[in-house]
Formats: sequence, structure tokens, C-alpha cells
Amino acid sequence: MAVTVLIPTALRQYAGRESRIDVQAGTVGEALEALAARYEELRRHLYADSGRLRSFVNVYVNQEDIRNLAKEETPLSDGDTVTIVPSIAGGADRRQPGSAGAR
Amino acid sequence: MLRFGEELLERIRAHAVQSYPYECCGALLGADESGGRQIRDLVPLDNQRHDSARNRFLVNPGDVRRVEAAARERGLEVVGWYHSHPDAPERPSDFDREHAWPWYSYVIVSVEAAEPRRMAAWRLAEDRARFEPEEIVTEWSASG
Repeated sequence: MAVTVLIPTALRQYAGRESRIDVQAGTVGEALEALAARYEELRRHLYADSGRLRSFVNVYVNQEDIRNLAKEETPLSDGDTVTIVPSIAGGADRRQPGSAGAR
Repeated sequence: MLRFGEELLERIRAHAVQSYPYECCGALLGADESGGRQIRDLVPLDNQRHDSARNRFLVNPGDVRRVEAAARERGLEVVGWYHSHPDAPERPSDFDREHAWPWYSYVIVSVEAAEPRRMAAWRLAEDRARFEPEEIVTEWSASG
């Protein structure tokens, strides 16, 4: 299937500065793998060392979160749009035992 | 380099104090220019980590999409994010690094006992192994 992947701003520097890339894929997982195969530098930002998608990488097929579909096994049809959207997370190191926050 | 008007830096500090002892978070809107990034505005956001807001923050993908669309309408883009570290230093934690995206500027303000302390900006290194410091340049308004 010919699908279009929309690349978030933060990753475009690793994807030829493109905002949308067309790939051939039958599932979401195949589409992301095709993208990472074409732009190898993208891989470390999409996948953890375990090979699983990073938890803060969110993927939508035509506006629907793949977590509500079949995740990376979600099938794709010709003309579908796969959108990668960041979530932004972080936070301070946990307080040391004995500090005010450990009570 | 991140160029900020002092008023915007003060808004980040105020948000951090208002949210204390919880972490605040928000988006930095501006322009990515060859000489650095000019921050034009902020969008304060709700910290979605309700379970552990004292030392965690989360901007969910819905808010990311909403704030990106709002920035585009104004001819700006989301060039980074800010958050606070209550009773912790302004340097990124391992948790910050593990969850960071490349390209974005990350501004962190430390807050101690409800008082804003130091502020610093960081960018994730290419290999994700560390953050590189990014200079913050304060621009003072001519009108005072």
C-alpha cells in the first residue's frame, strides 16, 4: 500500500528535512520500519534499544491513535496517512531519602 | 542560542512558582533562525502527570498537536518546551534525557521553597547520551 508518513518537526533533520514521506507498507509497523531503513538516524529516536517503539512516540492512522487500533499491526490502505506525534515528558531526579520529599 | 524577552522569562518563573511544589510545563513559540532561536511567546500547559507531578511532567500528544497548530496560525513554530524542577537543580535528569526529543530546546527552571532560582536551556546530543547546554540571552525591553 502507498501511504504517507508525516514527520514531526523534531525529526525532520534526520529525514532529509522532509515533512512527509511516501512509503510502501501493509501495516503501521512496516511503514515505520521502511522509514527507519531509509533514514537510519531516525531509528534511535523512534525505537528504544529493545527494538520497541519509544513510549513517547505516538502514532496515528488518519487521526486515530494506533493504541486504540491494532498498534503496530494496524493494517494500512492505499492513501492512508500515518502521523508521528511526540509527547513531551521529563522531570527531576527523585529526592534522596531523608529529604523533605521522602517523608 | 535562545533569545528571550525578560517578560517571557518572568512568565516562566511565575508559572513555576504558581505550580510549586508540582512541576509546571509549557511550550516555547518562536522562530528557528540561523543565528539562534528567538522566543516570541509561551503557551503554559497543564501537567498531565497527575500521579507524580512533584517530579514528573507530561504534555500529551493532543496538547502537542493543539499547540503546534496554534503556533502555525501565528506564523510561529514550537521550538522547545519548558518545565520546572521543584527543590531540584536546573540540570536535566536521566529521566529528562531518556524522554527528550532532538532539535527542541528544553528550558528548566529550579524552584526552591516556592522561590524561582536558576534557569538553564539544553538540547539533546545527537547520540542521545547527554544534553548540551544552550545559552539563554535575555533581551530587555526598550520601554523598560
